Amino acid sequence: MKEFINYMADPIRSFPIMTILYILMMKYYRIIGTKKFAIGAVVASLPVVAWFCMDANFRAIILWPDNIPINIIIILIAWLTWYSLYRCAQNDARIEKGECPIEATPENREKVWTWPNLVYTELMCMIGATVFLVVWAIIFKAPLEEPANPTWAPNPAKAPWYFLGLQEMLVYFDPWMAGVVLPGIIVVGLMAIPYIDTNPKGNGYFTIKERPLAMWMFMYGWLVLWIYLIIVGTFLRGPNWTFYGPFEYWDFHKVVSEYNVNLSEFLWIKWLNMPMPGNIVLREILGIILTVAYIVVIPLWSAKTKWGKKIIENTGQIRYYIFIFLLLGMTSLPIKMVLRWLFSLKYIIALPEWELNL
Amino acid sequence: MSDESKKQLNRREFFSFVTVGWVAFTSAVAGLASLAFRYSYPNVTFDPEMDFIAGFPADYEEGVDERWKNGFGVWMVKQEGKLVALSNICTHLGCVPNWLPAELKFKCPCHGSGYYMNGINFEGPAPRPLERYKIALTPEGKIKVDKTKIYRYEKGQWDHPDSYLSV
Repeated sequence: MKEFINYMADPIRSFPIMTILYILMMKYYRIIGTKKFAIGAVVASLPVVAWFCMDANFRAIILWPDNIPINIIIILIAWLTWYSLYRCAQNDARIEKGECPIEATPENREKVWTWPNLVYTELMCMIGATVFLVVWAIIFKAPLEEPANPTWAPNPAKAPWYFLGLQEMLVYFDPWMAGVVLPGIIVVGLMAIPYIDTNPKGNGYFTIKERPLAMWMFMYGWLVLWIYLIIVGTFLRGPNWTFYGPFEYWDFHKVVSEYNVNLSEFLWIKWLNMPMPGNIVLREILGIILTVAYIVVIPLWSAKTKWGKKIIENTGQIRYYIFIFLLLGMTSLPIKMVLRWLFSLKYIIALPEWELNL
Repeated sequence: MSDESKKQLNRREFFSFVTVGWVAFTSAVAGLASLAFRYSYPNVTFDPEMDFIAGFPADYEEGVDERWKNGFGVWMVKQEGKLVALSNICTHLGCVPNWLPAELKFKCPCHGSGYYMNGINFEGPAPRPLERYKIALTPEGKIKVDKTKIYRYEKGQWDHPDSYLSV
């Protein structure tokens, strides 16, 4: 059983599983968003967690001081995701019956004073957070290590936990993409949401039914492409950034065989049986064509479809193209991951001469 | 002129006050900015030297030699009659890979890039091979490694006579 879980936890298998679980969760949110389901899930998961914790290797990973915040966020995110689904299910049932969302009922629209209602709560939260951090600092030591040495790196060398999703992304992308372009798109894209999304539905209340596209997209990016990758980077990546199952001992000499190949090598050497051309643009021509098709042809083509026409009608051309560009940026990550796993594809465009790889 | 208006500044006094004040303000800001700029440079650097003498060619056995890794960030690799000075900076994001003697490869702890003994990348996200540094013999027959000169495989520079020593 433990062997099987180790085997299934490899991102090659756990990423599709998480995607499927995510789709099921969003599809059956009315079943999941009930109190019965929540109690059932907690009761069912307690013995499983207890059984997991019997394993010394698993305990060593989750009780490592750096990883404890991530245990806490997993619990918090599970709770918050369930809670929002619960509120969505409630509201959607009401909307179907022709009632207003719970947040719009007269008793919930009552106004209160900032002082004392808000400021007092904020003060209490500040005190609570300070106490929490002080206690945390006393319990979990953060000792000074030896002076920084530019010629030595710890193994595994891990970023702070909130960046581990990015570090996991870097396994599949050039540092320019995963370190600069994609994080930039994430930040700019999140800031752009209020300007792109002009639909007033869902403002101030929970709903999935009225905003299916927005909810499905955002929750996928958040839960699967961000939280799941943080969990993988934290718990399942050991020395040499090799994958280790949750019950696996972090053996420094775990042998992994991997040989990554660029698309240009596939094209010229494997498929055309030719030496690589000297001209680097000609060498990477297939990758360049595919990339241009991905970021130019897909938006233009999708604007002609029924789905695209509807969004353009509601929001306008410019908003639509910005939206589709952000969406393609997001989907480039799962596409690249799957290509790496299936074909050991390293880069679609590889121009190391120009420090540019996609 | 009444007493009231004598207490007030006239135009000429006003401008001289403003000029003095502005000059003082500007020089204070410039002084602070130059201090801040100076502060961004360390007083003492612990950077490794950019060139060093690495003993005699006969000191090295076939394979990877790690004696200069911690001091200078260089692996000396002797293979197929060539001795090269290989950079220990991963070409993906600049971490420091480890030499795994059992697997005969360099493996980066940050994102799992792997390189063969000769520095060619084969696994993980590394886009290009490890860089070689200039290596030459001094008149006494000692090896001199110069890290300011870099030879990159993908640019065809590994054929350059300064990028290796024939041993």
